[in-house]
Amino acid sequence: MGPVLAGVLQLLALMAALALAHVPLGTYMAGVYSGRRHWRVERWIYKAVGADPDTQMRWPAYARGVLAFSVVGVLLLYLLQRIQGVLPLSLGFRSVGPAQAFNTAASFVTNTNWQSYYGEQTMGHVVQTAGLAVQNFASAAVGLAVAVALVRGFARSGTGVLGNFWADLVRGTVRILLPLAAVAAVVLVACGAIQNFSGIHEVGQFFDGHGVGGSQQWNGGAVASQEAIKELGTNGGGYFNANSAHPFENPTPFTNLFEIFLILVIPFSLTRTFGVMVGSVRQGYAILAAMAAIWLGFVALMMWTEFAHREGALRIAGAAMEGKEVRFGVGGSSIFAVSTTLTSTGAVDSAHSSLTGFGGGIALLGMMLGEIAPGGVGSGLYGILVMAVIAVFIAGLMVGRTPEYLGKKIGSREIKLAALYILITPALVLVFTAFAMALPTPPRSALNPGAHGFSEVLYAYTSAANNNGSAFAGLNANTDWFNITTGLVMLLGRFLPVVFVLALAGSLGEQRPVPVTAGTLRTEKPLFTGLLVGAVLIVVGLTYFPALALGPLAEGLA
Amino acid sequence: MTTSTQNHENPMSTVPRTRAPHSDVPTGHPSGPGRVGAGFFDARQLVRSLPDASRKLDPRVMVKSPVMFVVWTGAVLTTAFSLTRPGDWFGWAISFWLWLTVFFANLAEAVAEGRGKAQADTLRRAKTDAVARRIDGTEVPGTELRVGDLVVCEAGDVIPGDGDVVEGVASVDESAITGESAPVIRESGGDRSAVTGGTRVLSDRIVIKITTRPGETFIDRMIGLVEGAARQKTPNEIALNILLASLTIVFLLACATLPPFAAYAGTHLTMVVLVALLVCLIPTTIGALLSAIGIAGMDRLVQRNVLAMSGRAVEAAGDVSTLLLDKTGTITLGNRRAAEFVPVRGTTAAELADAAQLSSLADETPEGRSVVVLAKEKYGLRERHQGELAGAEWIAFTAQTRMSGVDVDGRGIRKGAAGSVIAWVKERGGQIAEDADRLGEEIAAAGGTPLLVAVEDQGGVRVLGVIHLKDVVKAGMRGRFDELRRMGIRTVMITGDNPLTARAIADEAGVDDFLAEATPEDKMALIRREQSGGKLVAMTGDGTNDAPALAQADVGVAMNTGTSAAKEAGNMVDLDSDPTKLIEIVEIGKQLLITRGALTTFSIANDVAKYFAIIPAMFAAVHPGLDSLNVMRLSSPSSAILSAVVFNALVIIALVPLALRGVRYRPTSADRMLRRNLVVYGLGGLVAPFIGIKLIDLLLSLIPGIG
Repeated sequence: MGPVLAGVLQLLALMAALALAHVPLGTYMAGVYSGRRHWRVERWIYKAVGADPDTQMRWPAYARGVLAFSVVGVLLLYLLQRIQGVLPLSLGFRSVGPAQAFNTAASFVTNTNWQSYYGEQTMGHVVQTAGLAVQNFASAAVGLAVAVALVRGFARSGTGVLGNFWADLVRGTVRILLPLAAVAAVVLVACGAIQNFSGIHEVGQFFDGHGVGGSQQWNGGAVASQEAIKELGTNGGGYFNANSAHPFENPTPFTNLFEIFLILVIPFSLTRTFGVMVGSVRQGYAILAAMAAIWLGFVALMMWTEFAHREGALRIAGAAMEGKEVRFGVGGSSIFAVSTTLTSTGAVDSAHSSLTGFGGGIALLGMMLGEIAPGGVGSGLYGILVMAVIAVFIAGLMVGRTPEYLGKKIGSREIKLAALYILITPALVLVFTAFAMALPTPPRSALNPGAHGFSEVLYAYTSAANNNGSAFAGLNANTDWFNITTGLVMLLGRFLPVVFVLALAGSLGEQRPVPVTAGTLRTEKPLFTGLLVGAVLIVVGLTYFPALALGPLAEGLA
Repeated sequence: MTTSTQNHENPMSTVPRTRAPHSDVPTGHPSGPGRVGAGFFDARQLVRSLPDASRKLDPRVMVKSPVMFVVWTGAVLTTAFSLTRPGDWFGWAISFWLWLTVFFANLAEAVAEGRGKAQADTLRRAKTDAVARRIDGTEVPGTELRVGDLVVCEAGDVIPGDGDVVEGVASVDESAITGESAPVIRESGGDRSAVTGGTRVLSDRIVIKITTRPGETFIDRMIGLVEGAARQKTPNEIALNILLASLTIVFLLACATLPPFAAYAGTHLTMVVLVALLVCLIPTTIGALLSAIGIAGMDRLVQRNVLAMSGRAVEAAGDVSTLLLDKTGTITLGNRRAAEFVPVRGTTAAELADAAQLSSLADETPEGRSVVVLAKEKYGLRERHQGELAGAEWIAFTAQTRMSGVDVDGRGIRKGAAGSVIAWVKERGGQIAEDADRLGEEIAAAGGTPLLVAVEDQGGVRVLGVIHLKDVVKAGMRGRFDELRRMGIRTVMITGDNPLTARAIADEAGVDDFLAEATPEDKMALIRREQSGGKLVAMTGDGTNDAPALAQADVGVAMNTGTSAAKEAGNMVDLDSDPTKLIEIVEIGKQLLITRGALTTFSIANDVAKYFAIIPAMFAAVHPGLDSLNVMRLSSPSSAILSAVVFNALVIIALVPLALRGVRYRPTSADRMLRRNLVVYGLGGLVAPFIGIKLIDLLLSLIPGIG
């Protein structure tokens, strides 16, 4: 079997699995967020934190809940890293420095999981499991909650209340993420991922470049459990620096495919949740189709450019194998790279810096789209719904009515919030990249010259602002400048859009729906799906075209 | 029901009139029956508007349009930059075209406003300073009248202010506001008591109670509206402006962050190049034409003799999903007509027709006339005149007897309402044929009105048959309602008729629903019910008791012949008092929104080609590979950038006619409309600049020193 065929078969298997899973999971999630009854364990949690899960919140209260919870999360995680030196089970690692601890705290709370540290050389068992893994669940559950609040804004009429943040947060964790992650962890362990609390093993007799005799240090750890939620919650922060390329995290081609499935399953299924909650599964399918079209298109392009190997060295190798694991090959690595950058995951099973020029550009563009195809857990759905609002506004005018989406009119308030949402990330990416390039020191972090070096810096801020967390590598991000600026960019890139989304949800929820007539723009039809894809590609493409031209395009066309 | 069915000037014409009220403004022609006509565009207007366009270059005016203000600022910057390097032709050329871009935008707005100004001038001439004679004999200038004053107007007087006739009846020349030269009757009481300041009394004497303060009269408001002085941005326009402003910010960021990126790549970007890129990317096309589109939309209504009190109402018209239409005058012709003669057994139809015609000669009501006409048309019975028949005794129709007829040659013939004729027959000891009752009931069941015809001659007194009177649905109404249905608009017929009659007419006309035996309260309740379901409702009305419903409706079109209360309550006034125009108003509202959306889509789609022109030109020197993005094979970097800027400016001026005229509109489903507009303005917007920029580049490359 040739590598191309292998890649295509993996792709087909993945699509079949997702197609099977998305209906039951999506419907189940709709039930989770619509049900009135609380589980006993949930009631204990509400009692413990002193929250009333039955109070209906308007958007400001909901947003305050999100922000307060996240601020506490950042502080706790920062503190935990700063006192690591005195914690037990720390494998002898020192406390993390302030800039890096801030960066990591911001990174994990924002569902970014950008890592300016080497996991196996910096974080002990306590920080990994009680700090990072906890935020892997919490940040994903926050994303789900915000998405559900927006969906309720569309679904409800004449009311500004969007549900209860604490109930949504707890239910998302207890009823969705924890059970799925538990199952996934068992599968990963069964396939060879490690799960223990052992110390560091020193293994000798390796070829270290100078001759036989070098030694390596191998950490144990609760890897499989963290790996499961890392992918399922579209977090992406690896236990090890090599992330999903590391055999302890991702041992076989099957686990590779399984991890891609975990990355994609909740974001794609949320379209079903959306459809069920707004009372029209066809609306969900239209969004699903737009996400799937972009994702599939990107996978096809990535495979094409990685298999094409036009240059001499690559031709001899048979494919662009530099930076890729032989056990995954070009196909598996391409699907992983696209899936991780089109969601807010940022886990990697290959070195993105070693992708071809165009390949790196595809990974970059995937994040620049705002991670909406299918996007992060929750953030993908709310991101594409905001784009749908923009697309409806422009196209809706062309049917001769005040634009409306799901019966809700898109007036100046809605368009203002949607416009702010889509302004934030490009502003953060471009302004911070420009400062980094203009200042004397930061560009020195780029280990390559020319267009590739520029791509490294652009990739870093794109990854941070979009809460992706993958790194292009080849950039020394553990400097005060990068730790502090990417930390800020991650926080702003996560919480400003969240506030705008919640305000939008509040505004939509207050409206009474306009009944559907023959004069209504049908947003469940393929025409609208096409329009949405076009709007996403054109609006984002236009924003970043000059920057992309100087980075990956210049490299790819050279 | 208050809709008057017998207006003297017959405003309920079947033909939609589309006529400019003021002669010095060219007329827009509807492109087909019932279709929203395109506006008009005249190249001479461009020339006339040049001074106004220049005045708008003032930054205090420019700042109101954020997109064009950015272009203005860019033009100032490049000009200043070029002043420091006078020998740099490229900087001057870019500056020149940037100024032209701004100027073209101003020109579009000035042309749109210019048309309103011409109309306002004509109106101002009509607004002469009339002297008001108060009823107590004192004379004051019209400008000093107060609300509640009673003034007397006689033949030849100009009415000094808006008010209601409280005494007398007069014919009034309202051509100053409606453009209609035929005089109209204004009388105290009823629904035709409103008079407008600036119109002229032609005959008789009326006493008017002033209802509006000077300066706020109808004519003053009209002037304000057509001049655009009272124009405020509409909700959708505001939303679109926000979107355009944020796109501008995005592109501003994309351009402002480019110098450090370029410096790292090893090239220096001049300010002129950066400004050129920025101006090409920000949505200048729609930004330049946005306000012209809005003004032109209002203007299209004015051309149809409809005054919208706010742009908001015009937009709302596009969103309407329920139309309430009065039956009489809108769906049916004003009066019922004889449609058929149905004889009883033993009588022929010709006999009946002859008797019906003879007995109707003394009936001057429209119904009576229609019987005579039907007999003539269907049975070839020549219309006889009352003088032809010697010794005939005519019995004229009155509202009390509800019967007309003739006694001649020993025959007595009567025609009239069933009850009256039966009474007449019985009085004379005649028999009612057993099928006469049944025939009458059948006609009533079909929604018609039966009139009985009876005769008294040698054969005794007997009923000859029944005349079937029915409402006549205007030609083409079914087609219009089908179109509305395809557009997603539900039509509800409002009538005072009983449900049986109403259903028959509703079925015949093809409306979706009807409200029978409607009282003003029923109408109001219907509007509220529709609105609570999220629907927008449009209606017409002219009576004082229509006023609450007009105010409640999202689009309330008051007839100009109606009362002041109705005109106050509605948010539009139709000067022609033609209720069918509601359909056109909806189409104009839709056309306005479509034009905005189409040009926005076009504007954004244009950017793709501009990138392909400018980016290789900027960076091919340092990254030669990027030259493969130069798919248009433009001749040189300078020529590429200049061509994009020139195209960007020219496309504005090329689209001015479209902005003023509005995008072609056909009533069809949203899906088909979207597909068509996406192909034309989306794909068209992607492709057109590739061709345009290439052509401009070819021309520019002929100039020595550029190519």
